[in-house]
Amino acid sequence: MSFHPLMLYDPERFQRSERRLLEEGEPFTFAPERRAALDELLTKYPPDRKRSAILAALYLVQEQQGYLTANAVRHVGGILEMTPAEVEDVATYYVMFFKEKVGKHVVQVCRTLSCALAGAERVTEALSHTLGIAPGETDPSGMFTLLEFECLGACDRAPVVMVNNEDWHERVRPEDCGRLVEDIRARGPAASSGCHLRIERP
Amino acid sequence: MEPVLTRYIREPNSYTLDFFLKHDGYNGLKAALGMEPNAVIDLVKASGLRGRGGAGFPTGLKWQFVLKDTPLPKYICCNADESEPGTFKDHVLMERNPHLLFEGCLIGCRAIGAKVAYIYIRGEFFHVQKVLEAELAKAYAQGYVGKNIMGTGFDCDIVIHRGAGAYEAGEETALIESLEGKRAQPRIKPPFPAVSGLYNCPTAVNNVETLCNLPSILLNGAEWFTSLGPEKNGGPKLFCVSGHVKKPGTYEASMSTTLHELIYGHAGGIRDGHQLKAIIPGGSSVPILLPHELEIPASFDAVAQVGSMLGSAGIIVMDETTCMVWAARNLLYFYKHESCGKCTPCREGGDWLHRILTKIENGEGEMRDIDLLTSIGSNIAGKTLCAFGDAAATPALTTVKHFRPEFEAHVREGRCTVPADWRAARTPVAH
Repeated sequence: MSFHPLMLYDPERFQRSERRLLEEGEPFTFAPERRAALDELLTKYPPDRKRSAILAALYLVQEQQGYLTANAVRHVGGILEMTPAEVEDVATYYVMFFKEKVGKHVVQVCRTLSCALAGAERVTEALSHTLGIAPGETDPSGMFTLLEFECLGACDRAPVVMVNNEDWHERVRPEDCGRLVEDIRARGPAASSGCHLRIERP
Repeated sequence: MEPVLTRYIREPNSYTLDFFLKHDGYNGLKAALGMEPNAVIDLVKASGLRGRGGAGFPTGLKWQFVLKDTPLPKYICCNADESEPGTFKDHVLMERNPHLLFEGCLIGCRAIGAKVAYIYIRGEFFHVQKVLEAELAKAYAQGYVGKNIMGTGFDCDIVIHRGAGAYEAGEETALIESLEGKRAQPRIKPPFPAVSGLYNCPTAVNNVETLCNLPSILLNGAEWFTSLGPEKNGGPKLFCVSGHVKKPGTYEASMSTTLHELIYGHAGGIRDGHQLKAIIPGGSSVPILLPHELEIPASFDAVAQVGSMLGSAGIIVMDETTCMVWAARNLLYFYKHESCGKCTPCREGGDWLHRILTKIENGEGEMRDIDLLTSIGSNIAGKTLCAFGDAAATPALTTVKHFRPEFEAHVREGRCTVPADWRAARTPVAH
């Protein structure tokens, strides 16, 4: 065995592949307005460098169907002149692309040091309790997915929660989590308070 | 010091083009367009402006290295992938003063002869991106960006490119890879981006705050800029203070301000009833400083002299309720998660350090594990393509160095010896 003698060895917990094959999914083509948006984006890069638009293309896939599937990957590859393997190579690297079906609202809690010092662990605990799922899971109704995220870059308003890669909710307290979940359920993204920089007034 | 970069950020409409134009907006660019490109580089060199992304490399020098005699196009890449834990300064600048960044990008393009600037913004800053895009459209419409800028015949485009959640994309060559539509993994250097960067063309990668400093240098001159701080550390600087302080936030100050003043003055001091235990002065990747080491100027050179780094100036403050094994574990989880996987020492070593720290934190550690942390850490640092390896090893190395008794107590008593009410009973990490 090639491991260091003192390295913990446990193929169940550590030395295991995290590779998951993408689900085939429904047949996929971009809706016309998304295809137009992508074509517009492609004009911003040199004509022989279409692949630069891949992150934008994958975001558009998620906007259309929520997560990435093998069919979508092939479709994107066709447009950007990449093989499906090349698209998957990129897609699996970035954490903001969902490689399996996620809930309608993906709740992403920042867990890195500054947020953790402000109680992010207890926020995750409270959300986990309210939703009845562990971090990384989706609730049976398909409404919520709970994820832990790395530093979101708003450490002065910790702890920060992001919903669906876009909407922010700052200075979350564990005791507010129940209400926040109900609010998101009822009002969707409008429930999040947003980034303080936009709403703050002198 | 009178704020320069953040002077107007509390004004309700500070982000709009109209407001910007009323406050010297695009005048720095106008000055740059009236100068020879080389003269712009010389001016920035004379100002001593150092990169605000973390390394503190002189910006003028970086530009000078960009190949001149080449038929290839040249590029400016603005690094807006602000992901160093504890750093949130570019966030403020972009959301409240986007035109300052555009102006900085255009000045950079003028200096090195580029026709396009790509702003690589992290995917999580979508709300910031919306502000940038709306304001960029206005700047295009009024002729400040695009063809024949301000009637001078200078053409330059700005493109906003959204990342997708990769810390490593903040490393300059990894950022270029990501812009090219690949995994954000660093390249072997040399060749440096100045010779062969984006699309194998000469490229300068500059941080948001660095570029935002350019307009004021062009307007007020190099001497004014150097006079704002200690020698070789001139200009205004944004400091991000977070953690256990009363008023966390972004504060603009001269680099002659002491760390003590930033924490106890600007940020209001440690929360009531608690004492300072340690600070991380420059984002999570740099060594810890202890309370008695804070009477030094918060400058690149002074912080380096005491064995740490100013880095991205993200000051994380921890009080006595913070368990250092827990803190190291929190950061090692971050580094093992964000490692791009290209170099073995970092990919395997980071994960291994995290496993050992988890073991100690859960009270299952052995005394030899503590030395193992040091041994593994020193075998990662300096042995990887980019600085990520050093960054990943640092939280483990520095906590063991300064707080070894705390690690030993965990092993001896078989439990965490510094519990805090702000932590969960069990750290919730999914994997």
